[in-house]
Amino acid sequence: MKKTLNTITVAFISTILSFNVFAAAGVELDHANTDITDEKSLQNGARLFMNYCSGCHSIKFMRYNRIGKDLNISDEDIEKNFIFGDEKIGSPIISTMSIEDSNQWFGNNPDLSLVSRSKGVDWIYTYLRGFYKDEERIFGVNNHVLENASMPDILWSLKQSKSSEDFDQDVRDITNFLDYVGEPAKLVRIDLGYKVLGFLFILFILSYLLKKEYWKDVKYGKWRAKD
Amino acid sequence: MDNNKSWIDQRFPLTKVWNEHLAEYYTPRNFNFWYFFGSLAMLVLVMQIVTGIFLTMHFKPDSANAFASVEYIMRDVDWGWLIRYLHSTGASAFFIVIYLHMYRALLYGSYKAPRELIWILGMVLYIALMAEAFMGYVLPWGQMSYWGAQVIISLFGSVPFIGPDLLTWILGDYAVGDPALNRFFSLHVIALPLILVILVFLHIVALHTVGSNNPDGIEIKKNKDKNGIPKDGIPFHPYYSVKDIVGVVVFLMIFSAVLFFSPALNGYFLEHANFVEANPLKTPDHIAPLWYLTPFYSVLRAIPPMFGSQFPGVVGMFAALLILIALPWLDRSKVKSIRYRSLPYKIALGVFVVSFIILGYLGMQPVTPVNAFLARVFTATYFGFFILMPWFTSIGKTKEVPTRLTE
Repeated sequence: MKKTLNTITVAFISTILSFNVFAAAGVELDHANTDITDEKSLQNGARLFMNYCSGCHSIKFMRYNRIGKDLNISDEDIEKNFIFGDEKIGSPIISTMSIEDSNQWFGNNPDLSLVSRSKGVDWIYTYLRGFYKDEERIFGVNNHVLENASMPDILWSLKQSKSSEDFDQDVRDITNFLDYVGEPAKLVRIDLGYKVLGFLFILFILSYLLKKEYWKDVKYGKWRAKD
Repeated sequence: MDNNKSWIDQRFPLTKVWNEHLAEYYTPRNFNFWYFFGSLAMLVLVMQIVTGIFLTMHFKPDSANAFASVEYIMRDVDWGWLIRYLHSTGASAFFIVIYLHMYRALLYGSYKAPRELIWILGMVLYIALMAEAFMGYVLPWGQMSYWGAQVIISLFGSVPFIGPDLLTWILGDYAVGDPALNRFFSLHVIALPLILVILVFLHIVALHTVGSNNPDGIEIKKNKDKNGIPKDGIPFHPYYSVKDIVGVVVFLMIFSAVLFFSPALNGYFLEHANFVEANPLKTPDHIAPLWYLTPFYSVLRAIPPMFGSQFPGVVGMFAALLILIALPWLDRSKVKSIRYRSLPYKIALGVFVVSFIILGYLGMQPVTPVNAFLARVFTATYFGFFILMPWFTSIGKTKEVPTRLTE
């Protein structure tokens, strides 16, 4: 009986884990292979994002100085390289393009704070590399992942300037940065998780030994109610 | 110390309560793995309340600010992310623990006489917990919060005659919006938790009145020594209190692994679409409730509209839930535990478990002709388990139940 139950449990859990719930209708997504512990990649991603993306897209749940603190970039560097207007170092990162205007012009201008959580990193990585020439479209490009996307191929000049491996790495860095922006706690939670599990493992040994000691009475029939 | 104790005991039955419910509460000595989940459910309840208190300090129950306030908790509140993940992972963990706790009752016949009232209180608890979880899921005000609420609440609109008025009364508006969010917040943080705590108290008082069942399904109170203590019983404290600590630590290890390494659990514990703010003008391609409600959602979708009304599906969904309450009277078997049950019962229980899991899976999937057909088949087997129970529990050969515990 126990064995059957175990089998059922294992089968059930593996079924759950094998279904990917990101419903990307029919589009094969490339594996982004990002590494949130790679600080260089995050810094490069932040630089590229601020230069290529932040002109139109906000990341309104992220503050300038939080990026500096998390990615080890000094406040001076942030002010010099990331803040183009007159925002304060503690301000949220809001694009200078107004949402109302850009929604008129493009149909939709999403905030990218949580795009890694709603779409997933593979989607971002494939989407940014998925532009192709299409004269029918207003900017002359279309996208494999998001058909008739109204976004221009903003990374085009970057793509022209380097080898395809280097370009893929740049896109991976932007993706990695957006993964961090989606959940800044991800930088600390995995590391903390190992420590918590280590602590619980020691607690498990101690609690198990305690239980064993007490249950000797029951095992050898020594336990008797007080008269 | 003893002086203090007697001072209190003259004014409040502290020692009496301690003895009756812990130190001299005699429990069968053969509890196995399945008996951890009662204490674990209590642990998760306390955790949800404590983390909920801290979340309430920072959350804004306002349709314009709710979504952003959750992100504020995730980013700007010290350890806010941990508190929020404890709460969101805790919600799913609660249902895993409760489903295993209920399955234990099915395995060992713990709902049978004299424990019918414990079972009924437990079922009411379960239904209240579902309402609590549903309303909690609306609060972050993401796309799934919004559209899930829209779908589930609109069910009340299908009630004949009073439906539309009932719907407006529940929502305080003609659609899910700020008034609904605000009242769901109120129900989620005070009304339902209060009901849950009271019901847990009653559930435990009822349990301690009749005593715990066990994997053999034998009443240990039938065999007492000269002091009136069950021969097969051991005091809950310290034996089961130290044993439950081991269970708690193992549970926390699995719980922490999810919380720290995959808090969204690939969309099962936190849905991807819920990271997009609620937008009443944009219906998502696919709306599904969180996994713990999906078996009943499947039943709802499986029953076709009749006479131009969706009401039969709604009735079916609530019937699937409420029929569980009748279990103690549907089961005619002489024995309690699966160890001594007849083969027909074992097969029926297996079919029931498979039906429940498959209905749960189908409830997460979009409706296709094949899925709809499967949902109907397993809705039939789900109800079949209950409707045919008086029959299959009275046929077949049960094994002889020993008079004393076997291990």
